Order: sequence, then C-alpha cells, then structure tokens
Amino acid sequence: MERVVITGMGIWSCLGKGKTEVEASLREGRSGIVMDPVRKEMGFRSGLTGHVEMPDLKNVLGRRQRVGMAEEAFYAYVATAEAFEQAGITDELLQREEVGILYGNDSSALAVVESVDALRRKKDTTLIGSGSIFQSMNSTVTMNLSTIYRLRGINFTVSGACASGSHAIGMAFMLIQQGLQRMVLCGGAQEVNPIAFCSFDGISAFSVREDEPTKASRPFDKGRDGLVPSGGAASLVLESLSSALERGATILGEVLGYGFSSNGLHISDPDLNGQVRALNMVLKMADVGPADIGYINAHATSTPIGDTVEAQALHSVFGGSKPPVSSTKSLTGHECWMAGASEIVYCLLMMQGGFLAPNINFDEPDADSERLNIIERPLNKRVDVMLSNSFGFGGTNSSLVLKRYA
Amino acid sequence: MSTTTMIDEIESKTKNFLVEEFEIDGTVIVRDAPMQETLDLDSLDYVDLVVLIQENFGVKLTADDFAGISTFQDFYQHIEARIAKP
Repeated sequence: MERVVITGMGIWSCLGKGKTEVEASLREGRSGIVMDPVRKEMGFRSGLTGHVEMPDLKNVLGRRQRVGMAEEAFYAYVATAEAFEQAGITDELLQREEVGILYGNDSSALAVVESVDALRRKKDTTLIGSGSIFQSMNSTVTMNLSTIYRLRGINFTVSGACASGSHAIGMAFMLIQQGLQRMVLCGGAQEVNPIAFCSFDGISAFSVREDEPTKASRPFDKGRDGLVPSGGAASLVLESLSSALERGATILGEVLGYGFSSNGLHISDPDLNGQVRALNMVLKMADVGPADIGYINAHATSTPIGDTVEAQALHSVFGGSKPPVSSTKSLTGHECWMAGASEIVYCLLMMQGGFLAPNINFDEPDADSERLNIIERPLNKRVDVMLSNSFGFGGTNSSLVLKRYA
Repeated sequence: MSTTTMIDEIESKTKNFLVEEFEIDGTVIVRDAPMQETLDLDSLDYVDLVVLIQENFGVKLTADDFAGISTFQDFYQHIEARIAKP
C-alpha cells in the first residue's frame, strides 16, 4: 500500500486570506466571528456569522470560467491556487499526470434561489442565464476547478453534511493508498451567505449571544448555546509518498488513517457509539494507540448536545492518556461542509509551527468536558501525531489521523 | 427619435454590455465586423447574450434570429425592428 502525504495546502476563511494570516489568528486565538445586521432584518433568530471576504477574480479568471462559479467555488479557487503553488503543481504537471479532485460541499443554496427568483420574475427559463446550473449543483466546486485546471483524474463532490471535507480527504487517501491515483486535490467549501444558513437558523441551532460575537462560539463551555455559521474553503494536495519523493516536493505531513461510521439513528442527534466506532477505526488503520495521539482537533461546534457526546466519546477512547484537545470552531465558528478540510489545514499549520491553537471561551467546564484536557490558551508545543474529528447530520462520522513526516 | 439616433443608442448599449459583461475589447465592435466571429461565443455564451439583450432592450432573441444576423449593423437593425414592432 502506498503511503499518503500532503504536499500543499491553501485556506480562505474568517481567520484570514491564506496560510500566513490564518496561522497568525490561530496562534493569537483571534476569532473571526461578527454580527451581521442583514440577517436580523431578514428574520434570522441569530445574526452571528464568520466574516469571510469574497475574492475578486475578475482579472484572474475569464468570464466563461467565472460565470458558473458559486460563492464557495470562488473561495475554493483561491485556496487551491495557494495549495498548488506550495505543492509546486504546474500546468505542465497537470497535463502530464492524472490529477484528481475530491471536494466536500453539500449546498449551493444562493444560486438555486437566485435562479428560481429569475424564473418567477421573467417567466422564461432561458433568461435565467447559463451560469446558474453550474452554480446551483453541489458539485459546483469540482465542476469548475476540474475545468479551470484541466484535471484528468477522479472527479466528484462528497456531500456528507458537516463531515464532507473530512470524507473527501478520506476518500482521496484511500484511492492513493490503493495506487489508483498518485495525486488528488481535495478539500471542502462552504457558502457563507444568509440564504445558505436560514433553514439551519430555523431549527434554533445557532448561538444568540449577539452582544459578544467573539464569545458566541464556545465549544465545551458550560454556557454554550449553539454554533455560529461560517465558511470559506480549504484545499489540500494529497499525493503518494513515491510521487512526492520523485518530484522532490516538500512534505507537510502524512495521512495515517481514516475512520468512518454511520450512527443509523436520529437525523440530527449525535451518537456516542457511532463516534467511538469511527475513532477506534482510525486508530486501528493508522496503527497507533490512544497514547500516541498528541493533539485532538475536536469537531465540537458549541451546541449543547453535540459537544457533550463528543466529550464522552473522547473520554471513552482517550481517557487514559488525556491528549490536549481544542475545537478551532471556537475561533472560526462552524465551517460546516468545509470544516473537515479546514481543520486539517489548521492542524498542519500547528504541526509545522510547533504550537496548538486554543479552545477560546472555555470559561467553565461541564460534567463531560471537565474530563478532557482542553487547551484554553495558545500553547507552544511540538506534536507529531494529531487526530481531527468531523461529524454531520444524518449520523455521518469521520476521523482522520495525521503524522509529521519522517 | 430619428432612426440614426436609435441605432446609435442600440450600438452604445450593446458595446457597453459586451465590454462590461463579456469583457470584449470595445475597439473590435465596429458596425461592419462579423458579430459571431468577433465575439467568439460558445453556445452557453449565447444564452447569456440573450439575457443581456432582453435586459437592455426588452426583446428576446432566439437561435433563428441570430441565424439571420451577420454583422453588428445587422444586429442593431434587428433590435431596432424588434423594438419598433415587438
């Protein structure tokens, strides 16, 4: 079996535009959460959101390339450009190799709404325009990036709710491990516009701590009252070790394992057994024990039930070794379809930078989180093996283990 | 409004949306230039062209309409006729 390494990464999130800005935010424990008055005018229960800047690609891509790109595809393009640059991926390489793309995305709501609005207004489908269909599909990112970069390998979108990005990396990992692909661009993208989140807001999942936006996302804290929606995109270049060594690429880390499971129970409630099964699977695949894990990037989104069950799962598996745990969602909010990929980027930045990002706003533990070793402040610490959790609606669970390459 | 003024107005609006939305070099949009070759549009671009024409002139063109249009001058005259007699 091929070993699988990461040779490039790019990020566009509420923590910054690119790796340098994001690493600084992680090191400082700087939140990217703001209050958006437009959401309140629209009738949202919560106006809180991650603030993500829209990239201007007018002079970067041609009109035909841009017209089919939804908001999240814009984020994914800039994250990918950064990842490809770091990995040394050139146009010539893309034509020589069959590079694939597997990206996590589970909605493109704004484009759908805009096309239906246009139809209702104009009563003529032609007058919706040509870009809408390519913007409206969940696969808007993979359709557009595969076309822009002329990718010739595996090409599809992974829609696995808030574990989409993590599953995309897991799928790429398995394809490379089995020798079916040498290099796969993978990641996750998430639209941030209000339309994308209105129905999520409608089930009272969001924090209403609107007077203190940067304190609203407080995973594992006793006073948490819900998640804060956020988004952007994260891209990673996964590659077989042999390919990376042949190219002389800089290796940022190695993917050791991918654990997954389905709860087979409630559509929105998490399940301890399902999460523990995914955790045990990833440890087994990675051939490491709980004590080998030096840091856990928790899924914890700041919802009362979600964080409770994850804390129980982590205690169940890692109670003996108590590795440092933080949820970077305390800084970013919940990046949903993107989170499983962005949190791998955050982990790699920590691994390379010799620090651990804090779980901010962890003021008071509850009965479950007090049993974990949750990092309240940034920590200078070299960690070689990290685990990242991602869980989603429908009971989908994904855990990834990364290791410093040696 | 005289016929000449109407054509001038159509030409000005057309140049404007082709430059702004299609990112075409405005200097190549001259009346006797062949429209299809000059714009080099694919089938998807034509859908967007139909949208822009409808938004700017209030008329919807079909593939049959485009089949009878060769130069930009033909296009302006076609639009003028359609505006006059929708």
